Amino acid sequence: MSNPSNFKFAKTDEWVSVEENLATIGVSDYAQSQLSDIVYLEFLVEPGDDFSKGDSIVTLESVKAAADVSSPVSGKVVEVNEKLSDDFEAVNADPFGRAWMVKVELSDPSELDSLMTADEYTKYCEERDH
Amino acid sequence: MFIPNTEADRKEMLEKIGLSKIEDLFVDVPEKFRYPDLNLPDAVSEMEALQNLSDLAIANDSTEDLICFLGAGAYNHYIPASVDAIITRGEFLTAYTPYQPEVSQGTLQAIFEYQSLVASLTGMDVSNASHYDGATAAAEACVLAFHHFRGKRTKFVLSRYVHPHYRETIKTYFQGYEKIKIIGDEKLEGFQSTEDLVKLVDNDTAIVYVQYPDFLGRIQNFKSLADHVHSMGAILAVSVNPISLGLLKPPSEFDADIVTGEGQPLGIPLSFGGPYLGLFATKNQFIRKLSGRLVGETVDGKGNKGYVLTLTAREQHIRREKATSNICTNQGLIALASTVYMSLVGKHGLKQVAKLNYDKAHYAADQISKIKGFELIDLGPFFNEFVVRSPIPTKELNALLLDYDILGGYDLSIDYPELANHMLIAVTEMNSKDDIDYLVEILEEVTND
Repeated sequence: MSNPSNFKFAKTDEWVSVEENLATIGVSDYAQSQLSDIVYLEFLVEPGDDFSKGDSIVTLESVKAAADVSSPVSGKVVEVNEKLSDDFEAVNADPFGRAWMVKVELSDPSELDSLMTADEYTKYCEERDH
Repeated sequence: MFIPNTEADRKEMLEKIGLSKIEDLFVDVPEKFRYPDLNLPDAVSEMEALQNLSDLAIANDSTEDLICFLGAGAYNHYIPASVDAIITRGEFLTAYTPYQPEVSQGTLQAIFEYQSLVASLTGMDVSNASHYDGATAAAEACVLAFHHFRGKRTKFVLSRYVHPHYRETIKTYFQGYEKIKIIGDEKLEGFQSTEDLVKLVDNDTAIVYVQYPDFLGRIQNFKSLADHVHSMGAILAVSVNPISLGLLKPPSEFDADIVTGEGQPLGIPLSFGGPYLGLFATKNQFIRKLSGRLVGETVDGKGNKGYVLTLTAREQHIRREKATSNICTNQGLIALASTVYMSLVGKHGLKQVAKLNYDKAHYAADQISKIKGFELIDLGPFFNEFVVRSPIPTKELNALLLDYDILGGYDLSIDYPELANHMLIAVTEMNSKDDIDYLVEILEEVTND
């Protein structure tokens, strides 16, 4: 699965897609393939919560490991994808679409500048595989 | 001490790391602390050591020598001989942590049966593989609640009549959590009711802890408390005496979320305070935050039934500092003892044991209330424990009773200064009618000269 060219990526394998001041966050295809089958997903934030870059927003549990999704940006939660709690298989099946996790109102859009482009992230993943 | 390596082995190891003698390993310890004077007696032979230990053991008075009316969280019950016979089988006695299902099916199945029995007894959906004791289980339930609300709810409400040691353990666990406020167990006028607790519960409350029967022996219906706790979105946890559940409705009936308890009454000897057994069961909703270890039933590659540790991603060795609990072990052998006990007595046997406890305790309460100077404190329905006020301080009374080979009840003034001269008396199936009549006779004699 190729990394969408209009998304930005964090070194910790989260993606961000921005429309005006609203950012949508999820985990990358690389992240889900490393975790393998997701068996549980829990949101650690709810609408209205403020959080900073690096804070954990979601906990994922796979057959192999448990991992926290940390936010690549700071902001206020506008919406969480509640459906995902029951449809956690979507994280494996459609990480860049159906498995979006949290929508946030950015408090510091300049944080986006430190994230990777799709091409940079693709290269970053290839390097780690070697 | 048995050290399996030889002098030659040790020399080789020291050479490898560039040292010449064992003492060189300790140079980082300041010299004055390096070889402290241990003030131990001279070494003795095995025969002498055994004699010394036997002399010490004989100096104790156990429940086999005395007539016991002491409870307060640990109870003198009959233990069928087959409990010991089964748990001392080598396969069980020495079984190590069952991480490998391919070599641990017996242990894993026994834990699975234990979990099923505890879930059934408490009416909960799931039980863990056990904790160290009732106090640990109570504290772990609070940790679960803390994590369930991700630290956002800061209030724990403890009934004043949750076992004092459990409350102390909960407070010890939460010493470092600056935001957490533990309330509800402060001294108050009269006896705390469930209505008093209701008033303390708001939407900042994470967990409400009650005991059933409570430390004073009272059996209360917590339904209205549960409704209020749930309307505030909080968790209701209940500590139980498992034997009482042979007779009482399980806590699921009043919608408890977590049930913990001291499993000692289920076939485990008093043994001067341990090892005991922590029961811990919850509704399905909390299965991902369950503390401790959990065994599940599954099928192997050929479709045969088998047992494995499951949902381990909750546990500390995987989730690290984000785990709900620091406990990744269980009380294996003692849990097995309780499993054997529960299977042997069965549903009807447990009911019989509970009924015997109830009837004998009520007979005793009735008889004691007739003694001049004694008063039975009427706190409503009780199970096998009740409170009496005596004409003299409990400590004095117990010293007098001991002269007659009676181990008296618990001195409530230790934990409840407002209850001077109040004694908590426990009666089990081990107390015959003669024992009870003898207690009554002696109480009368030592207080009415």
